[in-house]
Amino acid sequence: MNPFSYTRAASAIEAIELGARPQAKYLGGGTNLVDLLRETLERPTALIDVSGLSSSIEELSDGGILIGASATNTAIAEHRVIRTRYPMLTRAIAAGASAQIRNMATAAGNILQRTRCTYFYDNAGSRCNKRSPGQGCDAMDGFNRNHAVLGASMSCVATHPSDMCVALAALGAVVHLQNRGGKRVLPLTDLHRLPEDHPGEETTLMSGELITAIELPALPMAARSTYRKIRDRSSYAFALVSVAAAIELEGDVVKDVRIALGGVAHKPWRAWRAEESLRGRVASAENFCAAAEAELAEARALRDNGFKIHLASRAIVAVLSALTGEESMGARA
Amino acid sequence: MTHTILVNGSEQQLPDDPRVSILDFLREHLHLSGVKKGCNQGACGACTVLVDGDQRILSCLALAVQYEGRAITSVEGLAANGSLDPLQQAFIDHDGFQCGYCTPGQICSSIGMSAELRRGVPSHVTDDLSSETIALSHDELRERMSGNLCRCGAYNGIVAAIAESHSKANP
Repeated sequence: MNPFSYTRAASAIEAIELGARPQAKYLGGGTNLVDLLRETLERPTALIDVSGLSSSIEELSDGGILIGASATNTAIAEHRVIRTRYPMLTRAIAAGASAQIRNMATAAGNILQRTRCTYFYDNAGSRCNKRSPGQGCDAMDGFNRNHAVLGASMSCVATHPSDMCVALAALGAVVHLQNRGGKRVLPLTDLHRLPEDHPGEETTLMSGELITAIELPALPMAARSTYRKIRDRSSYAFALVSVAAAIELEGDVVKDVRIALGGVAHKPWRAWRAEESLRGRVASAENFCAAAEAELAEARALRDNGFKIHLASRAIVAVLSALTGEESMGARA
Repeated sequence: MTHTILVNGSEQQLPDDPRVSILDFLREHLHLSGVKKGCNQGACGACTVLVDGDQRILSCLALAVQYEGRAITSVEGLAANGSLDPLQQAFIDHDGFQCGYCTPGQICSSIGMSAELRRGVPSHVTDDLSSETIALSHDELRERMSGNLCRCGAYNGIVAAIAESHSKANP
């Protein structure tokens, strides 16, 4: 680790003042950042500890929920209202990392965690455009079984590793931001970037901007929602493919549906096309299949990850079928 | 101004260097070698310790300075009165280890797991999220302990030790 100063922020105002300095970095639970510091992939000169700032989880008068940015993953997953009104979020968090890490990791830190692409991590031995712009990407022709099939570029095929963010994308969560210039809100789906020619620019956050809260909109249909994660071992592994979905039927017709995918792209992937193709259609396996295929029509396989395209398609169909089957309210899919 | 942290009940001066993890602080500064360095990157669970009594964390990913004023318990703190914690005895009774390297992490993790279960924290394999109480089935136990790897593969003994200890404590 390179040397850095450490300051515990007493308030968001203090944090954004300190965070405005060049080479300053906000510290949440440390579960990703400490590892990145150790690998010298992150080299800040000042750490601003914001883990002591708001960790409250409040019900809003409009039926939504406001989650303080420093709420731990465990606290969000176990929250009584979130478990019953937004089961996909509890299921997504419970499917991620280990209990020890969920106890430490904060909501904002989960959102801002970086890819686990092994070529990105291999500081000494591999080329990476995310780490060193213009250097090249050794994942492109390397062992790329875990890499992206949607929205990737010639510069970068890394995936975003979060499970929680997949549920937040499907739910239409909004992120509250603050820097010295003021406050703003941003849909989570607009926070992460696709890699394009600048894979090192991973978010649309502005200089010194601090995530202060995550807002879940009122979404009654989310009571019938779930998260399914497919991985190489049954626990404590990143997703090959994951699906967060909620569906609302009127008779046998899809009134509304939310779908997002994990493990397939540089950002949590909201499946807008699949959703659009399903609204107003009969909730049938055939239509679920057509929706999944529409979403994955532009997917591109690398040498080792073509299986993800079929897997994602089948996972979408399986999750929607499970949600529209008997006794499916918030059940495991 | 002094910066301190409570380790197994005794107050300790925090290191000046903010880069020191709790793991290195315990092992290298306080010479508490019970806590183990396995992967040092949050993948194995060997370094699991407890914060404020019963919250399990990975000490390799925790900067010590971030835990100023908090109470840390390592495996050395469990038998402080000279007699083994029932869970430690259960690991011996059930051969819950071979080489023993993952054992302190397994034991601290299991104590944290029991607290989470008492609080009703759901896991990946919990079917009914609305349930206030969750029984520690074989699948629940294995899922909840999945953050602690054992390269010897002593899992059957580990599961048996934790299951027995849990059922004795929750008759």
